[in-house]
Amino acid sequence: MTEKTYREALTDALFLEMRRDENVFVMGEDVVGGTGSPHAEPGFVGGVFGVTGGLHEEFGLDRCIDMPISEAGIAGTAAGAALAGKRPVAEIMFCDFMGLCLDQLMNQAAKFRYMFGGKATCPMVLRTTYGAGMNAASQHSQSLHPLVTAIPGLKVAMPSTPADAKGLLSTAIRDDDPVIFFEHKTLYTISGDVPDGEYLVPFGKARMVSEGDDCTLVATGRMISFCENAAQALADDGITCDIIDPRTTSPLDEDAILDSVEKTGRLVVVDETPPRCSFASDIAALAAGEVFSSLKAPIKQITGPHSPVPFAKELESEFVPSPTKIRDAVAEVVNFK
Amino acid sequence: MQLAREELEQAYKQMKTIREFEEHLHREIMTGSIPGFTHLYAGQEAVAVGVCENLTEADFITSTHRGHGHCIAKGCDVIGMMKELYGKADGLCKGKGGSMHVADMDVGMLGANGIVGGGPPLATGAALAAKLDGKGSVAVSFGGDGSCNQGPVFESMNIAAILNLPSIFVYENNRYSEHTHCDYVIASESIASRVEGFGIHTVKANGFDFFEVHEVMKELITKAREGNGPCAVEFETTRFYGHFEGDPQNYRAKDELKDDRENNDCITIFKDKVTEAGLLSDDDINKLDEEVNSLIEESVDQAKKSPLPNPEDVTTDVYVSY
Repeated sequence: MTEKTYREALTDALFLEMRRDENVFVMGEDVVGGTGSPHAEPGFVGGVFGVTGGLHEEFGLDRCIDMPISEAGIAGTAAGAALAGKRPVAEIMFCDFMGLCLDQLMNQAAKFRYMFGGKATCPMVLRTTYGAGMNAASQHSQSLHPLVTAIPGLKVAMPSTPADAKGLLSTAIRDDDPVIFFEHKTLYTISGDVPDGEYLVPFGKARMVSEGDDCTLVATGRMISFCENAAQALADDGITCDIIDPRTTSPLDEDAILDSVEKTGRLVVVDETPPRCSFASDIAALAAGEVFSSLKAPIKQITGPHSPVPFAKELESEFVPSPTKIRDAVAEVVNFK
Repeated sequence: MQLAREELEQAYKQMKTIREFEEHLHREIMTGSIPGFTHLYAGQEAVAVGVCENLTEADFITSTHRGHGHCIAKGCDVIGMMKELYGKADGLCKGKGGSMHVADMDVGMLGANGIVGGGPPLATGAALAAKLDGKGSVAVSFGGDGSCNQGPVFESMNIAAILNLPSIFVYENNRYSEHTHCDYVIASESIASRVEGFGIHTVKANGFDFFEVHEVMKELITKAREGNGPCAVEFETTRFYGHFEGDPQNYRAKDELKDDRENNDCITIFKDKVTEAGLLSDDDINKLDEEVNSLIEESVDQAKKSPLPNPEDVTTDVYVSY
């Protein structure tokens, strides 16, 4: 184990996987940075969040490819290279920009295997960033995992810790299906123990963050730490919670969630997206449909409002679920009569 | 004409197979026994075959919604294709794809595509894979005049140019983007003049003449294999049927289709050239026609007898593992 940041853990996974398999390569806007500049040597950027920094020194510019600002071209090139036998790891700087390349993900990569009768594989990873918290406003702050989770053929991973960042990215690169890999931009600087050397975290296996008796909290990404924060405050009042991080929203570890709700009888789902057709509503429907008789209180969904993500601090803070809102929701379901 | 007799026979057979495949579908669709949307390629055969006769199984192509011709020309199994179009369990794509999604990875056919302009980004990726592998393979994207107005196609041409990829963009200008004339929807003087703006070597050629297509492509594909970067061709061509089967085609000139059948039929042009030059005789042609007809009959016979898909298979092959 070595203490690493979330960013360092991701870079670690890329180095290990690129060394292990020469078919793995990275591509995206400024993933190297400076390619072709008459004023600089390549490499001064390493991705705008620094995840691909240093790779080109070991693997060269053939496997670390700076791309033009052409999201459809990036996603389509990755999908085509994957169909032709490579394992591209493409970067779309902000998931908001998936709007520019959705056809390549939704109609192409996701559907090759099915449409072609099981003969094709498309082992591409599309890394992207998501989430509010940096006052980046409406086009650089969304959490669009529900959008791609709803598309059969795609897998969706969203690590919440440095260790999971490494383990899930390594698994994503080795996976034979297309994976959309969501990195929360506020988590890049958090630190934690990360296993050294090869480390794989399987898809579809939730992480039990903490265990309790009174309520099940299901959340993703940055919201996990908000749930932990809320749970600590609730513990002072004698209320304990299961906190479940599904790690991947597709495939989803339904059993972990349902087993927990059967035990606690209460469910609060937390996600920083708007509420409609969301991850939260999906999990709520799952529990209501499968373990209704275990429920002692209505299911609560703590999400953003049905609005774009705003710019100003006061507005953005109101948009994002807070530990206080989570705590109040748990208290409400525990006290439901 | 420097082609050997076997090459001429192969080219004719491929073009004729596409034509008969399409003529059968045209007749059969009216009976209602073929489900879904079908877009016929008949009339454009010289392009698909003239391009693909310069390729090997190690090369890649991407195709379009009008894809049957490209699939056959690249070596997809004709019987498997016919079964697929009839929606049968043992079709090339197990009845999951149909007309717009015929594909065969084994022969480098990366799929027909229901999205206009969907193929070029994928072919660009295949060309990148080919460049990284360094074995001289190339990737050809087929597209129509409609696809040249899609943004991702522009992005692909730019990416292919800056990364110096072995990428060949083939534009088949059959005059109509669905039901709208190319002169209206394409702002530049031609597709070719637009593509040149990406710094890509581009040629305009006659797509009615197999020999011209074959010669132009031989030179371009050889250059791409040698690492000289992308290139493009705009072929003038025509489709003998509508945008889709059932299209009344009232946007076409009164005698346009008749004129095309009489004067611009690439198969007649080919036949006239080889028989006049004494390269193949009428008997040779008749023999090849019989082979093609019996292959199409066999494919239809098998397709009709093939089993229907099992409803339980609706969820198979969504993922490799899940």
